[in-house]
Amino acid sequence: MGSEIPIAVTVNGVRHQRSVEPRLLLSDFLRHDLQLTGTHVGCEHGVCGVCTVLLDGEAVRSCLMFAVQADGGEILTVEGLATGNGDDLHPLQRAFRDAHALQCGFCTPGLLMTLVPFLREHPNPGDPEIREALSGNLCRCTGYQNIVEAVKAAARP
Amino acid sequence: MIGRSPPRNEDAALLTGRALFVDDVHLEGMLHVAFLRSDHAHARLIAVDASSARGRPGVVAVYTAVDLGDYWQPGPLLVPPPPIPGLTFHAATQVPLVKDKARHAGEPIAMVVAENRYLAEDALEHIVVDLEPLDAVVDLEAALAPGAPVIHQQLGSNLAAHVVQHKGDYRQARAQADRVIARRFRYDRGAAAAIENRGLVTHWDARAGELTVWDTTQAPIPLRNGLARMLGLLESQVRVIAPFVGGGFGPKIMMFYPEEVLLPWAAMRLRRPLKWIEDRQENFYATSQEREQIHDAELAVTKDGRILGVRDIFLHDTGAYDTYGLTIPINSQCTLLGPYQVANYDSEFKVVFTNKPIVTPVRGAGRQHGVFVMERLLDIAARELKLDPVEIRRRNYLSPDAFPHDHVILFQDSAPLVYDSGNYRPALERATAAVGYDGFQAERARARAEGRRVGVGIVSYVEGTGIGPYEGARVTVEPSGEVRVATGVGTQGQGHFTTLAQVVADVLAVDAARVHVVTGDTREFHWGTGTFASRSAVVAGSACHAAALAVRDKILKLAGLLLEALPAELELAGGAVQVKSDRGRSMSFGELAVRANPLRGAVRPGTEPGLEATAYFGPDRGSTASGVHAIVVEVDPETAMVKILRYVVVHDCGRVINPVVVQGQIQGGVAQGIGNAFYEQLVWDTNGQLKNASFMDYLVPTATDVPKVETHHIETPSPLNPLGVKGVGEAGCIPTAAAFAQAVEDALSEYGLEICDIPLSPNRLFELIRAAEAAGAAGAAARQTGGAAGAAKR
Repeated sequence: MGSEIPIAVTVNGVRHQRSVEPRLLLSDFLRHDLQLTGTHVGCEHGVCGVCTVLLDGEAVRSCLMFAVQADGGEILTVEGLATGNGDDLHPLQRAFRDAHALQCGFCTPGLLMTLVPFLREHPNPGDPEIREALSGNLCRCTGYQNIVEAVKAAARP
Repeated sequence: MIGRSPPRNEDAALLTGRALFVDDVHLEGMLHVAFLRSDHAHARLIAVDASSARGRPGVVAVYTAVDLGDYWQPGPLLVPPPPIPGLTFHAATQVPLVKDKARHAGEPIAMVVAENRYLAEDALEHIVVDLEPLDAVVDLEAALAPGAPVIHQQLGSNLAAHVVQHKGDYRQARAQADRVIARRFRYDRGAAAAIENRGLVTHWDARAGELTVWDTTQAPIPLRNGLARMLGLLESQVRVIAPFVGGGFGPKIMMFYPEEVLLPWAAMRLRRPLKWIEDRQENFYATSQEREQIHDAELAVTKDGRILGVRDIFLHDTGAYDTYGLTIPINSQCTLLGPYQVANYDSEFKVVFTNKPIVTPVRGAGRQHGVFVMERLLDIAARELKLDPVEIRRRNYLSPDAFPHDHVILFQDSAPLVYDSGNYRPALERATAAVGYDGFQAERARARAEGRRVGVGIVSYVEGTGIGPYEGARVTVEPSGEVRVATGVGTQGQGHFTTLAQVVADVLAVDAARVHVVTGDTREFHWGTGTFASRSAVVAGSACHAAALAVRDKILKLAGLLLEALPAELELAGGAVQVKSDRGRSMSFGELAVRANPLRGAVRPGTEPGLEATAYFGPDRGSTASGVHAIVVEVDPETAMVKILRYVVVHDCGRVINPVVVQGQIQGGVAQGIGNAFYEQLVWDTNGQLKNASFMDYLVPTATDVPKVETHHIETPSPLNPLGVKGVGEAGCIPTAAAFAQAVEDALSEYGLEICDIPLSPNRLFELIRAAEAAGAAGAAARQTGGAAGAAKR
């Protein structure tokens, strides 16, 4: 067991101070240390995108980062998207539900966290742009079409 | 509610991160497990020394095969072969940990339990294993050659099974044929690649005497029953929960994976909860796979394209073990017949052991092979007979009055292959119209004038779905008026929380949002088999329907007494019962539920308390869904890249419970089929080492690879269940490769190439194009010198 390093991160508006091993992945830190299990893990080599969270507003793959690298940062996970105790869905979450853009839902948190900053930067995207934005996230259930529709709907509420 | 698409009941939990997946289970004092796996595909295990690993910090235990004692047993044969005359079958099932010999790379040798996963993986490196490598068996044909290394010594060869099924007299049909098309077809191995890997959490509560297992399984109830047997517990002492599962696609129906046998046992010994979550690399070795077959097939036809008979001889790769019996190759054998009138059929297959991970059903489960072979033979026949590929299908379809249609041979469920209902031509005509087939000649010519090569493919298929033996459901109206449904079929994203709710809501005339479905928890419901073979809507749906009808009867009977009316004078509406002629006289379901379960007073003899009923449904045999896929592609002969321009599916799964869910199943299936057809291939070297065991190297289609799919529903109800439904879960991926191959050939028609292998990677297509060009050049040269004209072209 290596020596531990103190870190402080703000996750979904809540500040956490912990001591962690330098090798602890950010994904494991969020899931196991903070019990924020909405962020999933699918490949642990940065391809599938299901572990995507926002670090200081940018989408990052939490399986490709160490928790210590997030020290001092502000993180948003899927648990922080909806408001009002989780009942008031974010417009993108609503659009996913309305367009049947999820089946097993395992990849969904990563997709949402990828698409939130995308929509911020591309308020009115076309299909090719959306598909390009989605191309770093694997979904095995939906065939992506309904996700594309959901993004379009969320962009034009 | 049936036929509508309400918002899914499960989505809020999934969208907000609240949904519980196995890896989300966290228990106090939980330990973590990692496995040491064989580096070699075929090797004798000489010795394992775990003493150093046992002394590592944070390590609680290390187990090898020897430590298991009598608990070490090969797993049960899950699916015994159907009673086909003359059949040969040799069972060889997986073991918990390698004892004598490793039979595929990645087979587990030792299990480490530690305070966290990082420490468990650290300890793996301190286990010393002495393996003596043996020659590996990788190639199917070489596996059966004399002198091949034998994987299971006790069997004397690598033959796992040999099965012959006949219909009619193929030899005579062949003698009468105007033409016989004979080709060799290959279909290679891929991974199911659910985005959630497998995993388990096990907890032994010594005081309660109860073992709880959270498992990513598609079969929680059989898993519970099997674990109870292995561990010497009552079935009631074992609770298996398959919570939200992140995609199944088949491999999660495989049971008694080594980890499933080991974690419950170790949790009971250590008296600590245990967790193991497969990582992606492990998934490429430790989770079952599918699809390698080699077919030598021939089609006997008349000159006007009528099928006289088919003969198919094929090899099926079962990997290192054959736990799932003959399900996959029998699906291939039966599905080949498709929607066609085939009077004479000779089919023979051999199942072969190889030093590769175990093969069990993956979405489609052998059906795509049969479809690929038949559709390709028809395409080639059409070309040789100068017939339109659509027309040759039209001429051979079973007519709508041919049902039920008995194909004589036996299906995977041991029942005769009898199609329940079908009407194939409307689907073909609709697909043809939707994809623009009639105007396609002009479209192709226009594209060609612009230097682009486009092609069209249209193929048909059937899918045997909804097989038995049975499923059950319990429907309860609670005093709140909310309705609860418990059933045994777990869900991996198919929408059971909504579609089964719709079935019950329809009977009870309530909103589907007020019907709360619980699945995959054996404490809630412990009769049933699992989610496989596109059967949940058919079998569990029909059980839900029956249980809801029984509850409806109870509601009407009790309300009749309380409202002083005959049941026939009552109707259900909006969660209440009312008198049809006097709607003011009504009682809510909640009030009735309270009255049905009184605390004092007398209950009439023969009356059951509560508004609850349990019912079961077991079909005699499966229902046969069908459809047509049409695709337009553009191929760049320089780069061999294929772009899909249009994709149309006309699908008939009988009565549609939820059109949006069905559309989603189709769309996702097509995406998987496209991966299968063009991108996904597990590549093994001659030593049985997998060369692309990561998502960097194994290409799952992304949003830029998968087209928009236009889906049309046609409804030919099944007469075999009260809902008239047929399964749909696998359909999307079954004919995709066949459609793809036809369209690519069409786009490259001037090359005269034939696509007989799937996946057709860009590399493989590039080779085919170059070979055709070289042959074409040779042929042209030969013609110029007066040689055999066109010899290079088939």
